[in-house]
Amino acid sequence: MKNLFKKSAVIKTISIILIFAIVQILLLTNIINDYYFTTLVTVCINIILAVSLNLVTGFTGQFSLGHAGFMSIGAYTCAIFTMRMSSTLGVGAFLIGIVLAAIAAGIVGVLVGLPTLRLRGDYLAIATLGMAEIIRIIAVNLDITNGAAGLSGIPRDVNWFWLFLFTAGTVVLITNFLKSTHGRSCISIREDEIAADSMGINTTKYKVMAFVIGAICAGVAGALYSSFFYVIKPDLFGFLKSIDILVIVVLGGLGSISGSILAAILLAVISTMLQSFAEVRMVLYSLMLVVIMIFRPQGLMGSKEVSLQLFSKIGQSFKKKRV
Amino acid sequence: MAILSVNKLTKSFGGLTAVSDVDIKLQKGELVGLIGPNGAGKTTVFNLLTGIYEPTSGEITLDRDGKQTKLNRMKPYKVSKVGLARTFQNIRLFKDLTVLDNVRIAMNQNINYGVFSGLLHLPSFRHEEKRIRKESIELLDIFSLGAKVNEKARNLPYGEQRRLEIVRALATKPVLLLLDEPAAGMNPAESAQLTDTIAKLRSDFDLTILLIEHDMSVVMKICERIYVMDYGKVIAEGTPDEIRTNKRVIEAYLGEDAANA
Repeated sequence: MKNLFKKSAVIKTISIILIFAIVQILLLTNIINDYYFTTLVTVCINIILAVSLNLVTGFTGQFSLGHAGFMSIGAYTCAIFTMRMSSTLGVGAFLIGIVLAAIAAGIVGVLVGLPTLRLRGDYLAIATLGMAEIIRIIAVNLDITNGAAGLSGIPRDVNWFWLFLFTAGTVVLITNFLKSTHGRSCISIREDEIAADSMGINTTKYKVMAFVIGAICAGVAGALYSSFFYVIKPDLFGFLKSIDILVIVVLGGLGSISGSILAAILLAVISTMLQSFAEVRMVLYSLMLVVIMIFRPQGLMGSKEVSLQLFSKIGQSFKKKRV
Repeated sequence: MAILSVNKLTKSFGGLTAVSDVDIKLQKGELVGLIGPNGAGKTTVFNLLTGIYEPTSGEITLDRDGKQTKLNRMKPYKVSKVGLARTFQNIRLFKDLTVLDNVRIAMNQNINYGVFSGLLHLPSFRHEEKRIRKESIELLDIFSLGAKVNEKARNLPYGEQRRLEIVRALATKPVLLLLDEPAAGMNPAESAQLTDTIAKLRSDFDLTILLIEHDMSVVMKICERIYVMDYGKVIAEGTPDEIRTNKRVIEAYLGEDAANA
């Protein structure tokens, strides 16, 4: 048991480094050109958003429709800071900006989470939806965010290294969290809130904890977004963005981290491939979602994870069939 | 020394009084039954004791080695922390999780590492998780569920789900255990086995047990004292023999005619 544990940890670390190195080589040799790199950035940001929303909705069972609101806070915080400080601090401004973005999103997460997480199901969805709208309206009306026109000319400091670091970091930290007693407590709330409460789990505390971790990650995703696309405006983080993230989570499977990652990649690939059919692009995209949901209502991965055990199981059943 | 004293406990839902002026006293180490016809308010009493409902009036006091705690208006998770654990009438396991996870979740109060350590899987995380895993499997082994640690709770046969609920309750390290119809839906052989388990767990885990049960063969065999409820009130209290012959109890269960016969 101990051996397997160590072996899988080693394999994980190696594969993470390999993914980074391969993409880095492809970038240096220009096989991944600017166009594909933009897609890659979108994929990574969507992975952070989807994995963190999955923690809240898929694992803790709290239906949130306000994820884009936290992304917006992160994006604006990082943008405002880097635009003022970049000339003196360079990349340091970007890194401090990300930390500030995470802190700001986290604080708003606590403020929003404490009162709203007493609500359940549909009511919570409506409350979080309202919260995201409030954030959008505030961004439209403040001077510092430059209103509806938004901010432009944000220094671009995101490269593959930072992007990968934050994406892989989010995935690893959230996976780790879910394996800890705190993560298990969150999952037990989804399974049966009354039973969890009776087993000594402070359900409000853990709901807020999951919500805040989700908000912090969304804030980081927003910061990466603003730094890469150097233009942000309030409409980018509206209701539709929250739905986009939810689509990835549901498509990948509520309660599956690897499902969210797969779905984020798959949707980006589909949407890139459909670029050549500009007129019917959204129709085909939506049709594909409908078809996938009909045949895999539980999502691509259900609540399962891609793991070494899964591969060995598939291998075994394959062997059996051949014999 | 009474470990639990319930004093004039009342709960009304709107105009309906589900539980009225209930007094219950449990001595340390006792195994006490709570019986009564359907709708008498037994499960409501459990929900009041464990904080799921807030009492309309009355007092609940837990005495743990001289340290008294008032349980009224305490949230369920706090009630669990002072040492009350329960099972549910309609099984409430974490169905999509493994047997091991069900028990590990209940051990949450007994785990000492912070969120930070959990996020980074620091040594304190590894050390504690190893200990919790070992303790959980040991506990499951006692109830012969050790071979099923990796099965999903929903795939267990009914009797084993009931047993897992008891194990999960024990994992919170309680001093007082409330069992809500543990023998419901069991056949005579299973409920006989359960009766032995309950008697054994009281002595092995140094527990006080309050038991709601419809199966009289279980109640009469293992309970030292029995409280009988009807229409939200305690109508009788005594040893199994006293209860068996109590006129009001027979009346509540079988009607006035039977009591006079």
